[in-house]
Amino acid sequence: MLGAAVSLTGKYAQNGLNTKNGYDLAIKKINDKGGVKIGDKTYSLAIRYYDDESTPARGTELAERLIKQDGIKFILGPYSSGLTKAILPIVEKHKVPMVEGNGAARELFTKGYRYIFAVLSTSDQYLTPAIDLAAEHAEKLGKTPDTLKVALAMENDPFAQDVRAGVLDDAKRHGMQVVIDDQLPPELNDMSATLTKVKALKPDVLVVSGHEKGALTAVSQINALKVNVPIVAMTHCDSGQVAERLGEAAEYVFCAKQWHSSLSYKDDLFGTAADFAKEFQNSYGYETPYQAAQSAAAVEVFADALERAGSLDLENVREALASTEMETFYGPIKFDAAGRNIAKPMVLSQVLGGEYVVVSPAKWATGQPVIPRPSL
Amino acid sequence: MPDTLALTPTRLILIAAFLLCGVVAPLLAPAYQTQLTELLLFIVFALAWDLVGGQMGYNSFGNVLFVGVGMYVCVIVQVGLFYNVGLYTEARGGGTEFIFDEAQFLTGLAVGIPAAMLACILLAWALGSLVLTMRGHYFAICTLGLGIAAGQIAAGIPWIGAGSGMLTPNPPDALGDVGLLLYYLSLGLAVVCALTFAWLLSTRFGLALNAIRDDEDKAEAMGLNTHAVKVTAWVVAAAFLGMAGALYGNLVRFIDPLQTAFAGATIGVWMILMALLGGRGTLLGPIVGAIIFQITKELFWTYMLGWQRVALGILIVVVAVFFPYGIVGFFRERSKQKSRIAEERT
Amino acid sequence: MIANLQILLDAPALSLQLLIDGILIGAVFALAAYGLALVWGVTNVINVAQGEFVMLGGFITVLCADYGLSPLIGMPIAAASLYVLGWVLFQLVIVHLVGRDMFNSVLATFGIAIVLQQLMAHVFGGADRIVESGLGSWFFLDGLIGIAKVKVLVFVACIALGIALAIFLARSRQGQAIRATAQEPRAASVLGIETRRVYALTFALNAAICGAAGALAAMAYTIHAYGGLAYTIRSFMIVVMAGIGNLAGIIWAALSLGVAENFAGFILGVQYQIAFVFGLLVVVLVLRNWRLKRKRLYLR
Repeated sequence: MLGAAVSLTGKYAQNGLNTKNGYDLAIKKINDKGGVKIGDKTYSLAIRYYDDESTPARGTELAERLIKQDGIKFILGPYSSGLTKAILPIVEKHKVPMVEGNGAARELFTKGYRYIFAVLSTSDQYLTPAIDLAAEHAEKLGKTPDTLKVALAMENDPFAQDVRAGVLDDAKRHGMQVVIDDQLPPELNDMSATLTKVKALKPDVLVVSGHEKGALTAVSQINALKVNVPIVAMTHCDSGQVAERLGEAAEYVFCAKQWHSSLSYKDDLFGTAADFAKEFQNSYGYETPYQAAQSAAAVEVFADALERAGSLDLENVREALASTEMETFYGPIKFDAAGRNIAKPMVLSQVLGGEYVVVSPAKWATGQPVIPRPSL
Repeated sequence: MPDTLALTPTRLILIAAFLLCGVVAPLLAPAYQTQLTELLLFIVFALAWDLVGGQMGYNSFGNVLFVGVGMYVCVIVQVGLFYNVGLYTEARGGGTEFIFDEAQFLTGLAVGIPAAMLACILLAWALGSLVLTMRGHYFAICTLGLGIAAGQIAAGIPWIGAGSGMLTPNPPDALGDVGLLLYYLSLGLAVVCALTFAWLLSTRFGLALNAIRDDEDKAEAMGLNTHAVKVTAWVVAAAFLGMAGALYGNLVRFIDPLQTAFAGATIGVWMILMALLGGRGTLLGPIVGAIIFQITKELFWTYMLGWQRVALGILIVVVAVFFPYGIVGFFRERSKQKSRIAEERT
Repeated sequence: MIANLQILLDAPALSLQLLIDGILIGAVFALAAYGLALVWGVTNVINVAQGEFVMLGGFITVLCADYGLSPLIGMPIAAASLYVLGWVLFQLVIVHLVGRDMFNSVLATFGIAIVLQQLMAHVFGGADRIVESGLGSWFFLDGLIGIAKVKVLVFVACIALGIALAIFLARSRQGQAIRATAQEPRAASVLGIETRRVYALTFALNAAICGAAGALAAMAYTIHAYGGLAYTIRSFMIVVMAGIGNLAGIIWAALSLGVAENFAGFILGVQYQIAFVFGLLVVVLVLRNWRLKRKRLYLR
């Protein structure tokens, strides 16, 4: 009854799988609990999958196919902002509601689309906590916030470019000086040119975003070239398993996360965030990345809206989605007019002793951030 | 092979039947409209590749260059006629909404597609004098370099969205199903493309192309202005690629510089694949190749989820190993053999 | 851009860092390119699955590391496994392509490439992987210049393999057979050389070289099931620039490519790094061709 085109091959293959596993786990849970009650009938949920191969052209085509050929009325989002961006016009054209957990670019929500609902925080918020943290701790670096120097190394793709826009705005707000603003081509395997520049200009903050490859390359090359920057922050550390694979080299790196299993969120379906993490680990045998959590949350939102809508009518379901206000294991969910979730903040964690320790926001912090990063 | 292009009555009927199928197909199977549109554009891609690669023997790896340029030029015109392109691509937090009414949308397309064609003609003409003097592998790699460099440059220009790509204008609801419009535009383009090529190949120009493929030095020694012929063929191919690119952009609606516009690893390879699959150096080959490719691709992608590339890869290997002249070439060889045997018997 | 140049002028040591890193990444390209040239020269087959061989070699090394083996031991294992794979692929597919039109081999090996991509994703997962070599770095000039030891290993291995190959081709019986077959297959087979075996040997050897390159790439950079294309394109480019039978030229071209990429990335900003390199390729080809044209010759 639900449909999704996710990336099972191509450069997003791993996160496509995380997304699919998240969807599947939620579906299984919901069906185990007796399915979804719509009006007086009870339905069990199922998902029709396609593989978009991480390319937008296929994504749009498959979205058409789900809606027109398979008669799917409710769409779950793909992985990555680029692909979400690609299928949005299609979803909009057919007035089919889509709940997505993995498309975070701000632009998705400024084009006046009405049928997209995103459970996650938008990507411009990913690394702003790191900038705020730097401003807060500027004293420890012997500086004031407005004398801090920031270096950016962002992949040249819709997601990371949006992270970049957010960081640039925030750095400007604090009066920081941006000394490097490099955009890494997606097929680049080597960051030494950028890192050499970082060495020369000695910024106080280095922010990196380039999916898993960016995180892994940055951490290992920062270590190999001994690039000393007091604050290093990036995205996709946990799905890239940076701490697990690179050990020592990843220590003290700040990681932006949509969700973390130590947070105190809970709901009736999965229980607490930690319960979800445990269940996921048992089912799929690897540690829970937040991408899977937000995918599961997307399914939960759909199920909830379907029950409240009381019918399968598209407009009713859309209305029900728009008025969603619920607590989930993933965090509170409430959509604004553009369909983004305004209730849930991002969290920032730091790799300390091989663990991702939440350091911001203060409400959920389980540890103190270590700033500056000790010299390599 | 001009004799194979003669319009015998049977052929005319076949062509008419084909056209009729093309016209009614989206009405009979509306659900498959997008795939059918894509197929028509693939036919144009494959034909255009084959004109230079198959007929003239200049194997280009960089035809995505023209697809991408056509796509970008068209969308820039579509947006730029009514709004500031820089603002459109930058519209992130701002409250501006970019609405296109019916007239604006249609004007955009009507101006954008010819503009895409024009841009590609100029580009091909300018580049042609430089790259078409190379031969063999050097031509192949030089065009490969052009295709990749163009994609990377497009991904570096903020005005056209850089790595974030560009969305084509949203068609207004009042227009109804724009997909149908795109389908018929693509059908028109494919038909015009096939007819133009058929006509070109039936003239002296077609013979000149084949002469260049078979032995360029001899052709030149015979007094043929090979350079002019090569540039003309390359410009014609580029014009069709550009228009097809413009339509493809509007079909996909999201133009990612590396994944949609200058997608060397998918569309760039596929167009060569389709031409070879059907049989290079024939007019029918690329068309047959594109149809078979699109059908198998869709079937594999539906029924072999997770293994579709393995299946496609094996298919490609089998074709390359056992049907080196493509499907059309294979049947032509067989019929030739048969007639030879028949001749020997009489 | 000017500001970036200024940085280089102010701190010349950084140029050295860029140069060294460029040379070191160039070494990996050199290996893949050399294998490509070998196969191309001997069998006239262009193998576009080159990058996938590299990635597969990397994954085998990663697998060894997962089982607790040092990646340095993983490297010969990767090379040996790829040798076997190369042999099998030759007998199944490539043998039919020898002596055929170049485009058939491009098509068939492209098919092999996409099969390998998806199989790798199934077997090893779709994630980016990296192996810590655990070797650390050397630092000079007060830490201003850092050289990862593993990258030096890559470089040394590249040069050593190149020399070993050159000696193998020049001296050994097998090597002579390969060269003879490359020059004149008919004559070679008349003289009792089993050309088919020679072809298979060449192709398997190429796969093994790529496997070794992949092991090194996994240690110094990242590998991904769908990440082979970058290596294929670069090796193709290097071979065409240097010429097929020119070992020294290939190593030279590969190292220059690495250096050019790094400097372009630094000076123009990394977003134009790849664009610059491929733009440069086009310019070099056009200029070379233009010079030849005045003598009524052309590049072929």
